[in-house]
Amino acid sequence: MTITEKILANHCGQKEVVPGQFIEADVDLVLANDITGPIAIEEFEKIGAKKIFSPEKIVLVPDHFTPCKDIKSAELVKILRNFARKYGVRFYEIGKVGIEHALLPEEGLTLPGQLIIGADSHTCTYGAIGAFSTGVGSTDAAAAMISGKVWLKIPSTIRFIYYGKLNKYVGGKDLILWTIGKIGVDGALYKSMEFTGETIKTLPMDDRFTMCNMAIEAGAKNGIIEPDEITFSYFKNTLNNNIQNLKSDSDAKYEKTIEIDVSKIQPQVSAPHLPSNAKDVGEYKNVKIDQVVIGSCTNGRLSDLKKAAEILKGKKVNSQVRCIIIPATQKIYKQAVDEGLFDIFLESGCVIGPPTCGPCLGGHMGVLGKGETAISTTNRNFIGRMGDTKSFVYLANPEVAAASAIKGEICHPEEIK
Amino acid sequence: MILTGKIHKFGDDINTDYIISGRYKFKTLDMKELALHIFEDIDPDFYKKLKPGDFIVGGSNFGCGSSREQAVLALKNAGIPAVIAKSFARIFYRNGINIGLILLEADTDLISQGDTLDIDLKNGIINNKTKNISIPIKPIPDIFLNIIQEGGVINYLKKYGDFKI
Repeated sequence: MTITEKILANHCGQKEVVPGQFIEADVDLVLANDITGPIAIEEFEKIGAKKIFSPEKIVLVPDHFTPCKDIKSAELVKILRNFARKYGVRFYEIGKVGIEHALLPEEGLTLPGQLIIGADSHTCTYGAIGAFSTGVGSTDAAAAMISGKVWLKIPSTIRFIYYGKLNKYVGGKDLILWTIGKIGVDGALYKSMEFTGETIKTLPMDDRFTMCNMAIEAGAKNGIIEPDEITFSYFKNTLNNNIQNLKSDSDAKYEKTIEIDVSKIQPQVSAPHLPSNAKDVGEYKNVKIDQVVIGSCTNGRLSDLKKAAEILKGKKVNSQVRCIIIPATQKIYKQAVDEGLFDIFLESGCVIGPPTCGPCLGGHMGVLGKGETAISTTNRNFIGRMGDTKSFVYLANPEVAAASAIKGEICHPEEIK
Repeated sequence: MILTGKIHKFGDDINTDYIISGRYKFKTLDMKELALHIFEDIDPDFYKKLKPGDFIVGGSNFGCGSSREQAVLALKNAGIPAVIAKSFARIFYRNGINIGLILLEADTDLISQGDTLDIDLKNGIINNKTKNISIPIKPIPDIFLNIIQEGGVINYLKKYGDFKI
């Protein structure tokens, strides 16, 4: 079996599962946010449920429109807050909250081998630590809050083997944008994407989060990476030993295997309006930008901010550009302050926001007007995603975004050195 | 059960932001109001053209993007009984099943804008009355049919207690 099949078999009490099979699985963690949580709570109440199957396994993270941007968003967060108080489930208040998919691993709530569902499509992020995690809807979350169970179809798996040495300024974001560019936005529809190979084995944790985070942008059910030494050190070696057996068997069956020589991959930029429109950054000429966003569940972690700071250090953001930096969690925010990154950002003319999903989904803190263009380290560039339906979003890694902020147009980081 | 209606056709990769724009998604608890804005960003007058009972037809990967259930709820609240596409994005598909919206996989190249269809769920056939052709529907697993028949997963769980798989 593959690692995905093993985890799913473990959670439905079966020795073996095969792709296409339906299972009723036990969940280890259920996540909902300020957009999806209120509907889940409404469903929970509609059925007349009186208790949660296991309150410590429910997490409510108000991260999308917080600090609340208007009365409506305040009302939605209130629903989560009141529900959490009533039922004793975990709720992250302002001052503790961060972007859910950066926050939960940091809090130690997601572990290798777990089965995690979240009413947010980017829940697939936790595959980076070797969990099976997938996005579901609000009703799924409500059903799981009541019963502790979810129905799942066992996905077939596509194995991506990455080999070779990464070029400078190429990281997890570029690997996943390149991969989505190759297979398309439905290239892994209903399937599992297993990322492996020598390049992945040395890839830092933050880059792994970025890759698994965007598995959904290829339509995948989950993205997953086998836990290894890097995973263990991420958890500061607190994991128990049997987790070390979480690997795909040598005779595991894959729907297909795709081998990728990463030495041929340059920093990638995905043009509007699909993440699959990925091309080498060098192919973009004279693309002027109005805004840069560095943050999100995809690229708002400490190493992302460090990479951006290395480019911005001693330089100024172009006078025609607004550069918005959003550390993904309070802890990342504090570390960025402690490491002097804020000084670099402030001196170069960036603005720094509190942890929030904010502009990624056109919510607040950097919404685009008609005809405006942004380059962003986020995950989606659909029509109207960051604001007006006539605005444009290019997706890139933090170095490319930072370099473009300085030049005022999309450029390779080498250009501003 | 046979459903009859006119269709509104869209292309490939219709994402949840197109179905219901991000500008409205924070109004999450008023689905009737959300329903007035479906497909607004790609067809501003869409709601005016829609009649209750009409079907939506898409290409491949219909409903990709976010997990927000507002997308399926807005369609259902707009009076759309079924969506037909070559394939659906997986979270959208689960959400449809879970709230009792009928989602059918079929070769939608055989359906054009404005066609009238009879959908025969029992026999797994779409009759395109405008073109006078029959289109097979990809069989729906029993577990999904049972959930849809109960009007969604919450009612299903209320009745059966678990998923009976």
